[in-house]
Amino acid sequence: MTAATSEWQASAVEPRVDAGPRGPKPRRVSIARIGIYAFLVMSAIYFTIPLWVMVVTSLKTMPEIRQGHLFAWPSELTFEPWVKAWAEACTGRDCNGLKPGFWNSVKITVPSVIISIVIAAINGYALSFWRFKGSEVFFGLLLFGAFVPYQVVIYPLIIAFREMGIFATLPGIIIIHTIFGMPILTLLFRNFFGALPMELFKAARVDGAGFWQIFVMIMLPMSVPIAIVAVIIQVTGIWNDFLFGVVFAGRENMPMTVQLNNIVITTTGIREYNVHMAATILTAAVPLAIYFISGKWFVRGIAAGAVKG
Amino acid sequence: MAQRPRRMPNIQSIIGCIPMIAVSVGVFVICIIYSITLSFTNSKLFPKFDFVGLMQYERLWDTPRWIISVQNIWLYGVLVIGFNLIFGYLLAAFMDQRIKQEDTLRTIFLYPFALSLIVTGLVWQWMLDPNLGIEASMKNWGFGWFEFAPLSNPATAIYGVIIAGVWQGAGVTMAILLAGLRGVDAEIWKAARVDGIPTWRTYLFIVLPMIKGALATAFVLQCVSVVRIYDLIVAMTQGGPGIATQMPAVFVIEHITNRQNAGIGMAAATMMLLPIIVLLGVRGFFQWRSARNAKRLERAAVATGGLS
Repeated sequence: MTAATSEWQASAVEPRVDAGPRGPKPRRVSIARIGIYAFLVMSAIYFTIPLWVMVVTSLKTMPEIRQGHLFAWPSELTFEPWVKAWAEACTGRDCNGLKPGFWNSVKITVPSVIISIVIAAINGYALSFWRFKGSEVFFGLLLFGAFVPYQVVIYPLIIAFREMGIFATLPGIIIIHTIFGMPILTLLFRNFFGALPMELFKAARVDGAGFWQIFVMIMLPMSVPIAIVAVIIQVTGIWNDFLFGVVFAGRENMPMTVQLNNIVITTTGIREYNVHMAATILTAAVPLAIYFISGKWFVRGIAAGAVKG
Repeated sequence: MAQRPRRMPNIQSIIGCIPMIAVSVGVFVICIIYSITLSFTNSKLFPKFDFVGLMQYERLWDTPRWIISVQNIWLYGVLVIGFNLIFGYLLAAFMDQRIKQEDTLRTIFLYPFALSLIVTGLVWQWMLDPNLGIEASMKNWGFGWFEFAPLSNPATAIYGVIIAGVWQGAGVTMAILLAGLRGVDAEIWKAARVDGIPTWRTYLFIVLPMIKGALATAFVLQCVSVVRIYDLIVAMTQGGPGIATQMPAVFVIEHITNRQNAGIGMAAATMMLLPIIVLLGVRGFFQWRSARNAKRLERAAVATGGLS
């Protein structure tokens, strides 16, 4: 189990993407090169079309959409769908748009990210330097958890949370995200701390520093790079979550993805596709911004973070 | 790892690990056992320990909705994983050819992975809309014969979901496999060129077996996300038309919430756990075997070293 995941980790922490291309050196423009570029450009078009369609649809008026030119740039630009998606779109009887969902997502994401990363950092640190009897067993179970379909554990968790009185509350959903972020983040931090020189730890021990002192004074300041990767994984993962939001957050704390889906499937009145697409872009905006800003850091997080799915 | 000495158990360390211990045992052992146990009871909305043997499993495999879910996930899994691996490897191999704008292209191929599956599902649902989507647009351009609205037909709806699944997953596969390709020793390339092997053959028959690790990572990753597929279905088809695009994950959630039949839901969840356990078992076996082989080689090396 451990060996299986250390492989993943190798590509996550040390991306060989930067190592430079390996293919044969091109000498001149050949038919093969044109073919390669043609394939890549066609693929790029396939990947960009949905984004393009989202943007142009959100800027069109409904009469223009009904003409059925999906890919065309709007003949008259309108930003009204964006305003409507943000503040007026209806889910059932409430017509407050996505705004409450956005703030709910912020309220869920910020504490979840902080708590889950702090816990995972302590786990990784303990597993690297302060092993105790059985610690590897717990870690193995945690890694197994990374592969378990959520559906297998959701029902018992609903029952347990109901008993504890935190079902459908903000603390409840934060705990859920902390639980399901733990396997992958612990792995991330364990491999990071495991690669640090043992002498560092021993020197601090000789100086009389204890478990928490070494963690706060030495390990935390060193783990900034891995913490950035962890933040990227968690913010995108939690922001994009739908299943936990719909089951555990409750009506008051509905995250943005759930609200987006509710806005789109609301069948009362006419279906306003431009508002739906504006709402979709707004929901995607946070993870997309993180993706474009973080660049290579995001790639580093992928092999690890993708396990969360 | 071996050189790290065993130390006295430290109470602070155990205190720091309480959340980990609680989650690993509480959630990933007790909750799973609890779920499996409930699958042998006739629990409705709330758990009830009335054991009924395998009745829930019999009912499960008599339910058309579940049968269709299982067929769908196989079809979806085989096609999406297959397409993603082939498309991903093609993209990775082509990206490996000293391409200009490599970073830009990678950014484009990978961005769908940053999106929520709800977003992906809604966009593709809109593009595949039978009245205003791609089909209508093509007809407006004069291609009257063009038909492309898979989601409205029960027989083809699952293929619409597959298109979205490939769009979301091919870029990640590319990124993982490209990282694998960049890890291949340059000497291999030189040797292949000296031997006059065409580039495409090198990629297919020499390099591909060498990046087994990256392939396995990409494969396991895809498998886990296929078994978990829920959001995409909810956003794109809600399991419809009819029950044409039902999936096991949707089946379980519906039965523990709206349908208030936890017993059969947990039987279905237990069935979902099976392929993951098989997958982990197979992977564990291969690791155990390669570790054993490595040990044998080591022993052989020591033995011959002792002789000379």
